[in-house]
Amino acid sequence: MVEIRFHGRGGQGAVIGSEVLARAFFNEGRYVQSFPAFGVERRGAPVMAFCRVDDSHINLRNQIYEPDHAVVLDATLIETGGVTQGLKKGGSILVNCGPDSNCFRGLIDTGFQLYGVDASSIAREYRLGSASDPIVNTSILGAFAKATGLVKIESVERAIGEYIPIKTEENKKAARTAYEQAVRK
Amino acid sequence: MRQLLKGNYAVAEGARLCRVKVVSVYPITPQTTIVERLSEICASGELDAKFIKVESEHSAMATLVGASSAGVRAFTATSSNGLLLMHEVLHWVAGARLPIVMTNVNRAVSGGWNIWADQTDSISQRDTGWLQIYCESSQEVLDSVIMAYRLAEKILMPVMLTYDAFFLSHTTEVVDVPDIELVDEFLPPYQPEFKLDIDNPRMFGGLMSPDYFYEHRYTVHKASQEALEYYPEVCREFRDIFGRDYDITEEYRTDGAEVIVVTTGTITSVVRITVDKMREAGRKVGLMKLRMFRPVPVDRWRSILGNVAKVVVIDRNLSPGLGGVFADEVQAALYSLENRPSIYPVVAGLGGRDVTPADIEGIINHALSSDDPAGVPLFWGLKE
Repeated sequence: MVEIRFHGRGGQGAVIGSEVLARAFFNEGRYVQSFPAFGVERRGAPVMAFCRVDDSHINLRNQIYEPDHAVVLDATLIETGGVTQGLKKGGSILVNCGPDSNCFRGLIDTGFQLYGVDASSIAREYRLGSASDPIVNTSILGAFAKATGLVKIESVERAIGEYIPIKTEENKKAARTAYEQAVRK
Repeated sequence: MRQLLKGNYAVAEGARLCRVKVVSVYPITPQTTIVERLSEICASGELDAKFIKVESEHSAMATLVGASSAGVRAFTATSSNGLLLMHEVLHWVAGARLPIVMTNVNRAVSGGWNIWADQTDSISQRDTGWLQIYCESSQEVLDSVIMAYRLAEKILMPVMLTYDAFFLSHTTEVVDVPDIELVDEFLPPYQPEFKLDIDNPRMFGGLMSPDYFYEHRYTVHKASQEALEYYPEVCREFRDIFGRDYDITEEYRTDGAEVIVVTTGTITSVVRITVDKMREAGRKVGLMKLRMFRPVPVDRWRSILGNVAKVVVIDRNLSPGLGGVFADEVQAALYSLENRPSIYPVVAGLGGRDVTPADIEGIINHALSSDDPAGVPLFWGLKE
């Protein structure tokens, strides 16, 4: 079983991102669960979402406490959002990180595999959300496919096509661009 | 066809597949997305039903009293405080023998505002006469809507299906949505013997004097119990057509068990994980999943639990001053047995508190290491 935890802020699309990722795995024949941290969501407030993947029906019904992968849609959550909490040894952290910012400074020498992508710029390029509050979920999923190799970028694109009714092509292109730009840190 | 659905959408699919004719619903978290989906498919024509907007859950159920009395298949969905607002009408529906099906998302009842999983809402409707079926997965919820209409329309009793807030209602998972033609084969159109009909007038809901009321109540009781006789046929036919089996009470790895854990809802899935793990380590533990709660499948409970030393009953509900209600009912069902097991009542997970495989292992170890259940509930995981 693979467990993935999304960290974002209300409005960035973490919950939908988790849904689309689950769909991408489902498109490859896997069993999945996707769910938000159960509660009340508010724009700008920290949000978590979860995605579980396995080869058979998943009986585990709890929130994810020890993920294999953390996906961070807003780098300011690294310090305050419990990104590394419970993360499995050798697990990966993928961060939406601009070219000038120093997102990874708190994560050096933690033993986690670190990946970065400037998802905000990519989302702005494709006019996803507003310039001040870009919706970065589809971009970060493209980067996730590249960073982890767990799911094909084509499956992510197909899932976007099935699940995102607005600016579908732009979202697919954003995912593909992020796939190409994601780098190991 | 296999799809990815949230539990709430699986419910809406169930209603669509059953070709319900009247839907009357009032939104409440965490049921709201059922209302959204039903209104969409009623508007698009995917479901050819009258969607009636109302100002409260009381009216939602009252509307269905009219619809069902007029002889059509009627559906609603609610949760928590909404279910409680229906309470008066629920008694009426069962007394009037109307085969309405409703899904209830198990959510804690306020005060102490809480929108998370807790069964106290449906438990407190225990004595209304509605059949109650507790579901463990989104697949089971969808399938149970279909089975529920078949059962309800045969015995003329209403059925309430329940499932956990968020753990199912808001979780997307793989669900096999059956072909509607197969559902048609399993569930023929509803054709009641008696209905409101201006060409053939009858009186419904008249005054019932002491000369009649007692016998009337007895027939309601007998009708509920008829579900126990008819359910196996429903279950068998459903399995033959759709390939999925939903025993009225499920046994899981109970062979030679020293302790059997009794559960409902999504905690059941978590217990399966723990039972598998403990069995691998040579521990003799098993599971009884309580699916139908009303009527009480008392013979089945006795045959499963009659030969085991210890029974742990986990309740995600609370009757203050007593403890968990399932534990109370299981104890009552087993009391007349000569070699009745020791019962360990456990309350856990109220208001959506997570119950993990480690919690379940702790609960089982507590029962295995204790010789005296003391008859009082263990409140597992209480913070100091």
